Amino acid sequence: MALIDLANPTRFLRLTDRLLPWLVGATVVTMVAGLYLSLYASPEDYQQGATVRIMYIHVPFAWLAMFAYTVMALASLGTLVWKHPLSDVSAKAAAPIGAAFTFLCLVTGSLWGKPMWGTWWVWDARLTSVLVLFIMYLGIIALWRTIEDPIRAGKAVAVLTLVGYLNVPIIKFSVDWWNTLHQPASIMRMDGPSMPPSMLVPLLVMALAFTFLFMTLHFMTMRSEILRRRIRTMRQREASGAAGVATATTGARPGPAHSDTKPAEAHS
Amino acid sequence: MAMTRKQRRLSMIGGAGAVLAVAAGLILYALKDEIVFFQSPSDVAEHTVPHGQRIRLGGLVKDGSIDRQGETVRFVVTDGAADLSATYTGILPDLFREGQGVVAEGTVGNDGIFHADTVLAKHDENYMPKEVVEALKARGEWQMGADNPAAKGAPAADKTSQAETPSAPASRTN
Repeated sequence: MALIDLANPTRFLRLTDRLLPWLVGATVVTMVAGLYLSLYASPEDYQQGATVRIMYIHVPFAWLAMFAYTVMALASLGTLVWKHPLSDVSAKAAAPIGAAFTFLCLVTGSLWGKPMWGTWWVWDARLTSVLVLFIMYLGIIALWRTIEDPIRAGKAVAVLTLVGYLNVPIIKFSVDWWNTLHQPASIMRMDGPSMPPSMLVPLLVMALAFTFLFMTLHFMTMRSEILRRRIRTMRQREASGAAGVATATTGARPGPAHSDTKPAEAHS
Repeated sequence: MAMTRKQRRLSMIGGAGAVLAVAAGLILYALKDEIVFFQSPSDVAEHTVPHGQRIRLGGLVKDGSIDRQGETVRFVVTDGAADLSATYTGILPDLFREGQGVVAEGTVGNDGIFHADTVLAKHDENYMPKEVVEALKARGEWQMGADNPAAKGAPAADKTSQAETPSAPASRTN
């Protein structure tokens, strides 16, 4: 069973091994270009002055916070419906990255809010729903760590992730459904972006850079997770093999107390 | 019709998701008056907020209404349909100015004036380089507080209609 499941992850490891250098390169190039465009080459806003530059990282953080959760939700479907061996690896790897992006979104938003609105934080629908997203991420990470068996943990987390996905459309439309202190969308709206190209281009380059960064980190953590699981399986096999050898040589039968202890724990 | 196990699992998840979405929708609908961050001057006029009850009042600072007397500022919050006079003592955010969105927290006094103890500026979703705005102002084509005419190609809004631009917070209360 375990060996058959390794077939796909092996191909994934080979593919990402070749892909990752290119992704790292793309991240560096777009990040340098994006930072230059947004910090130096873009104009100051007529209302916000230089504070507008926070927007060039805040908005990509917010987009990727929701994108990472969407990746996790799709992976959860893969876990529950198709039982794809890579999907719970993908979901588990995306959670800390998404949590970090959400945290940075909240922090940069707060830093922008103080000079512009006059407050670090308000409990309006947009800010609160993003905080809920952050707490969801923490809950998902905690649940991954609570259940030791990766298959059972994957199923439980998949259910939690899918339930929590309800929050994502609430975040997106919170500024349209209720009045909030947070302004409505400037880019993804029906009648086109309310931003001139001199500001829109740096923002989109930054968004692309952070997307590449997300992909790089996601593939790296997925690889680590696959290798971690292999080590776990190898240890288990080794432990059960050693126990089998021990019983064969001594001729002693393993008692009920002995068979209850998990081989992996004995070795870790 | 026989379903495979995958199809059955998928339809179960879909069904559960639909039920959850409807439940969440009903909860949010029931709480819609609680979730709104502020009330517009029209809401305040309709609901007759009791004196002394804390509310957040949101709208645009009416043009020509700001009157500074030392640290105390008097201004009128408008949503185009109704106006409410407000007074505040303290430091205002940089974005606070006439035609700009504002959310003030405080109480309506016996004098019918809104006494704010916190004033937050509301930023709209429009971005524009400083130089472009200055150039437009120099040509006399800039309308403060209105949607930017150059970016939108929209006809310049006159003074009375600019309170009803889509960016005005009060226009999205319903």
